[in-house]
Amino acid sequence: MSGIPPYATMPQRVWYYTFRVICGLIFAFLITPILVVMPLSFNAQDFFTFTPEMLRLDPEGYSLKHYRDMLGDDGNPWTGLWIGCALGVAWAAFGVYRRGSVSLMSLLPVVVLSLFGLIIGKLTGATGDWMVALRNSLLIAPVATVLSVGFGTLAAIGLSQPHVPFRRAIMAIMISPMIVPLIISAAGMYFFYSRIGLQGEYLGVVLAHAALGIPFVIITVTATLVGFDRSLTRAAANMGADPVTTFFRVQMPLILPGVISGGLFAFITSFDEVVVVIFVGSAKQQTLPWQMFTGLREQISPTILAVATVLVGISICLLATVEFLRRRSERLRGMSPS
Amino acid sequence: MSKAEPMLAADGTPLKKSLARALRRQKMRALMLIAPLLLFILLTFILPVADMLYRSVENGIVSETLPRTVVALADWDADGGELPDEAVYAAMAADLHDAANAKTHTKVGVRLNYEQPGISSLFRKAGRKAKKWDPVADGPWKDQMIDLHKGWGDPAIWRTIQTYSPPVTQGYYLNAVDMRVGPDGAEMRPENEQIYGILFGRTMKMSLMITLSCIMLGYPVAWLLANLPARKANMLMILVLLPFWTSLLVRTSAWKIMLQQQGVINDVLVWIGLVADENRLVMINNQFGTVVAMTHILLPFMILPMYSVMQTIPPSYLRAAKSLGATNWTAFWRVYFPQSVPGIGAGSILVFILAIGYYITPALVGGTTGTFISNRIAFHISTSLNWGLAAALGAILLAVVLILYWAYDKIVGIDNVKLG
Repeated sequence: MSGIPPYATMPQRVWYYTFRVICGLIFAFLITPILVVMPLSFNAQDFFTFTPEMLRLDPEGYSLKHYRDMLGDDGNPWTGLWIGCALGVAWAAFGVYRRGSVSLMSLLPVVVLSLFGLIIGKLTGATGDWMVALRNSLLIAPVATVLSVGFGTLAAIGLSQPHVPFRRAIMAIMISPMIVPLIISAAGMYFFYSRIGLQGEYLGVVLAHAALGIPFVIITVTATLVGFDRSLTRAAANMGADPVTTFFRVQMPLILPGVISGGLFAFITSFDEVVVVIFVGSAKQQTLPWQMFTGLREQISPTILAVATVLVGISICLLATVEFLRRRSERLRGMSPS
Repeated sequence: MSKAEPMLAADGTPLKKSLARALRRQKMRALMLIAPLLLFILLTFILPVADMLYRSVENGIVSETLPRTVVALADWDADGGELPDEAVYAAMAADLHDAANAKTHTKVGVRLNYEQPGISSLFRKAGRKAKKWDPVADGPWKDQMIDLHKGWGDPAIWRTIQTYSPPVTQGYYLNAVDMRVGPDGAEMRPENEQIYGILFGRTMKMSLMITLSCIMLGYPVAWLLANLPARKANMLMILVLLPFWTSLLVRTSAWKIMLQQQGVINDVLVWIGLVADENRLVMINNQFGTVVAMTHILLPFMILPMYSVMQTIPPSYLRAAKSLGATNWTAFWRVYFPQSVPGIGAGSILVFILAIGYYITPALVGGTTGTFISNRIAFHISTSLNWGLAAALGAILLAVVLILYWAYDKIVGIDNVKLG
């Protein structure tokens, strides 16, 4: 149904275009709220709406002051940058030495490690509200992700074996953290973790977030395993590989895209989670979304828009990565990438 | 001729047995892989939720703090209209003396206050004096205590203490459905005290509205995506997936900014001249704001399952229907739509399940009229500290969600949940 057939009658043509317009409006509904925050975050005033200067595209109306407020001026970004850069150069040099050839890709470690160094350096010793919150988020989310990916991948492989007793029930339990309303999980964890002394502790928040991320890992990894050809593992075993070697050399490379996208889902779940952390965490674990939540509730300051813009940037990167992985996985499994 | 020998495996064991053993080993291996995660989920998630459910019936505090009174009150006939006798008062005085020294008397007062407002002041007042009492020497207690606070001479107070002395109670659940224990067993609370029924009703109604608007907005988009050439569909799919990946807080704050009275939408409407500057629309801190923001947040969860079902419907069916003389509408309604119903069902249950448990968005854009039951639960946990009631409300919400989850599993199958 691409294009309009030449024999279409007038009403059909009218409907065809009306339908396109309706769909366009729905897409606009989906995307506008995300786009609106971006220009507003450059507002020179402390307003949440477009000022006349902004509408005239007057440079006076725009400024980076909300970003400056968000970043603060402490922390050690340059030290971090230099250390990261140095490590990156060392890594790149080692890579070039080993491969014996230089390409543009050899520069990748330099760029990545410099960026990491910059961020880590900025966050160490920073005292601004937003930077502390970001630091807490970045301390919690990766650890929770590693936990959910580790447990989740193993279990997904177990679940995809041909004969699993109680498969349905086990699956239902494992997906339940996604289905049970967050407030109920939060309440239960709050009561239970207070009993065992994990409430208000870093470990408590990490465990809670790992539990919330597991369903996403299970779903994505089982989806990848559906297309997995079992005869490959049998072939590996046939040639004398033990199960561990088979797993890491044969199965893992094939399901890696699914594992990584599951990990990204788990990461964003933890990175974006508010309800559970409010109840299970204490002020010491105030994460970025928590800070945004209090910000929106109490003193609504335009700095939130700068933070929101940065977060949208992060989600665009994550989305791009997941899409790239999905296509790669479909190619690896011999499906035509759509 | 002997009977047919059982077939043997290479090592001499009967083949049947050998196969069964292999199967058992395979099952064990699968379970070993699953076990760590299952244990992890049980400890970090299932156990906490079970603990919360237990809290909704737990009532140990009365019999722990007032052990003697509970025993003495057991034989008292609450329907007689008479006050309990001296023995009960003496037991209460002794319990209060101990409780006041252990500083637990206010807790039991607060607990009983949930059931009958006013009791907590009785316990606070008596507790202040009770520290200095000598429960044995200072008796008799009946008149002394009634002098201290005339509430101790009210049979209704004693009835409440008696009703809530067992270690397990259904009181929180009655509370959660706007009922209470009256003289003739469970009864409805007076009209003006009924809040949870309204709140549950509102949560359901608004979740339904959100689900319906998601269907209305999601169906055309899913149809378009499923019928466009793959390349174009992928480009448009990004517009659906980007909101899906964007932080919930970002989207909620965006709606807060767009919907407020000095916000972008009102500005545009005023600029067009549709709305006068002095009566800008109130679109936030009410139900409208919650429904709009949550529809936006949950729309991808509707579009994705619809899209994956519609992708499997061959477009040739529609062409066949038309070539047999159906109008566009008939072809769609009689041929295409029935095949897309599973997608609508999957998306609707998912959106509804997610909607009724929402907390953040209603808390930020809902004001007072647009809040959900979750907000009330959070209020009872962190502000009023009535954890039993919070647990009971949570248990009811959980029951609704689990029924829907079960339905989802039956209709769609949890293996078929797709993300992106």
